[in-house]
Amino acid sequence: MIGQIWRWLAQRRLTITFLLLGTIILLFIFVPLTKTLFSSSPSLLWETLLEGEVISSIWLTLYTALLATVVGLVLGVPLAYFLARHSFRGKRFVEALIDVPIVVPHTAAGIALLFVFGQNFVIGRAFHSIGIDFVLSVPGIVIAMLFVSVPFLINSAKQGFEKVDERLEKVARTLGASPWQTFFRVSLPLAKGSIFGGSVMMWARGISEFGAVLVLCSYPTIAPILVYTRLEEYGLNYALPVASILIIICLVVFVGLRSFAYRKEKT
Amino acid sequence: MIEIKNLTVDLGSFLLKDINLKVEKGEYFIILGPTGAGKTILLESIAGLYPIKSGEIWLDGKEVTALEPEKRGIGFVYQDYVLFPHLSVKDNLIFGLRQRGRPKEEMQRVAEWLADLLGVSHLLQRRPDTLSGGERQKVALARALSVSPGVLLVDEPLSALDPQTREGMQQELRHIHQQLEATIIHVTHDFEEAIALGDRIAVLNEGRIVQVGTPEQIFRHPDSEFVARFSMTHNIFAGEVHQSSDGHTLFAIDDTEFEVVTELSGKLHASVRPEDILVSKEPLISSARNSLKGTITSISDRGSTIHLTVSTPLDFVCIVTRRSFDELNIEKGGEVYITFKASSVHVF
Repeated sequence: MIGQIWRWLAQRRLTITFLLLGTIILLFIFVPLTKTLFSSSPSLLWETLLEGEVISSIWLTLYTALLATVVGLVLGVPLAYFLARHSFRGKRFVEALIDVPIVVPHTAAGIALLFVFGQNFVIGRAFHSIGIDFVLSVPGIVIAMLFVSVPFLINSAKQGFEKVDERLEKVARTLGASPWQTFFRVSLPLAKGSIFGGSVMMWARGISEFGAVLVLCSYPTIAPILVYTRLEEYGLNYALPVASILIIICLVVFVGLRSFAYRKEKT
Repeated sequence: MIEIKNLTVDLGSFLLKDINLKVEKGEYFIILGPTGAGKTILLESIAGLYPIKSGEIWLDGKEVTALEPEKRGIGFVYQDYVLFPHLSVKDNLIFGLRQRGRPKEEMQRVAEWLADLLGVSHLLQRRPDTLSGGERQKVALARALSVSPGVLLVDEPLSALDPQTREGMQQELRHIHQQLEATIIHVTHDFEEAIALGDRIAVLNEGRIVQVGTPEQIFRHPDSEFVARFSMTHNIFAGEVHQSSDGHTLFAIDDTEFEVVTELSGKLHASVRPEDILVSKEPLISSARNSLKGTITSISDRGSTIHLTVSTPLDFVCIVTRRSFDELNIEKGGEVYITFKASSVHVF
């Protein structure tokens, strides 16, 4: 009997080892999140949520991240399609460039943006002349989020377009569709799952951005910055409920959109 | 009518060179070539989907070389159908009409008419991924026909289908061709398919058109080794299938008749593999239905086998082993009997 159990275990050494290691990393993700969620009482969370500062910062975070995503869709999807359909010299370089915002420290990214979109540079001045300023303003939050999160959308959309058989587009052309009609009636609908998934990732990444936004625009205050300033100024007990709320919102949004995308994929 | 003049296409590893073809209105034209001969790209070039190096394409007296594919009026059916996976069968069928902003009633009418023509009416609400290969192929054909193309290009339409579906699809293509008087260019690597369907055949080999002619011209006087080898190994005959008074199915070529097994009838082709033919000096008594007397007109030594041509007066190529050949003790000009089963004859 014991011999049998021993043999059963011995045959599955690899699976068991990997399962144990996997469990450690899963717990590493899971425990801090749930601990934070349950360390504030529901009434305290509710009270916190009703604070004007908290609710406006959460609202600001959600909609600036959404704005960044919309800008990402308009400017990123065409690029994704172009990259999926063309090969050219330097394509590898362009693809690497798109990934750069993911790997640079986001405070450095914020400084780079400040440099270009501040009023000391021609681009910043040009926008200033049409009434858009990027320092200490909502547009500043949007471009900071856009910069650090748009790679997720571009890469996902590109993979989506690559999966669309090019011959579907060719057939559409022989049936009388112009390149524009072909894009909107064939390529885009077939890649929409990937584009939607990428948008969700981009939005979520935008919501969680801290470093780049802090450099460009510490006020108006987005929720991640609010958590940080409360921690710095008043201590853990004041930061905790805001952090909990932020985690809850992100989880709800993320799980909700994920399952929505999953159901769509299945039909 | 479509005319291709001096077309050259760069395929990367080789060139399609100096392609000259003239396909008449209402003609069923086959481009026959081995796998990897660039047949698909040739079709894509004609449709404007692949950039050409040089040459001209004329459709019904107008040059379309520089026209975009959506303005050429050339229909295209890919080998593996490429239906729009996000659209129902019906929406696949009316895709082209919708792009042209045709009225709803017209789209409905055309969809029903096409579905009826191809026998897919019961599938209109289905999604492409729920269809069988044969059904997908029919929908792809119907979709290409929906915009009444001047020429229909079909790329290996039968090769992805199982043998039974293939025969049905072959009939379907012939049916469409006759009923709509459609001009069709069909590429294939399958010799029998080419002979069965083509009014004329162009043989493509190593990037060039090596021969153009009727099926008979092609298999009687092949200009390429690819075709010659096929003709050699298949004993192809053009003739007619009819029923004899005592209920047998016969294949008649001029004065020669032999028994066959087939459901088809009319003007057709038959082939017998040389290795399926028995050669003997005396008439054989066996279950094989067909025995013909003939004269040996050529003997070709291929090492372990000997290829004989026996004229009955139809020319049959027969393969015998060296040992049989020695035992038979036959020579050029000698008389022999050839015997084969009715079921060894392939009618197409």
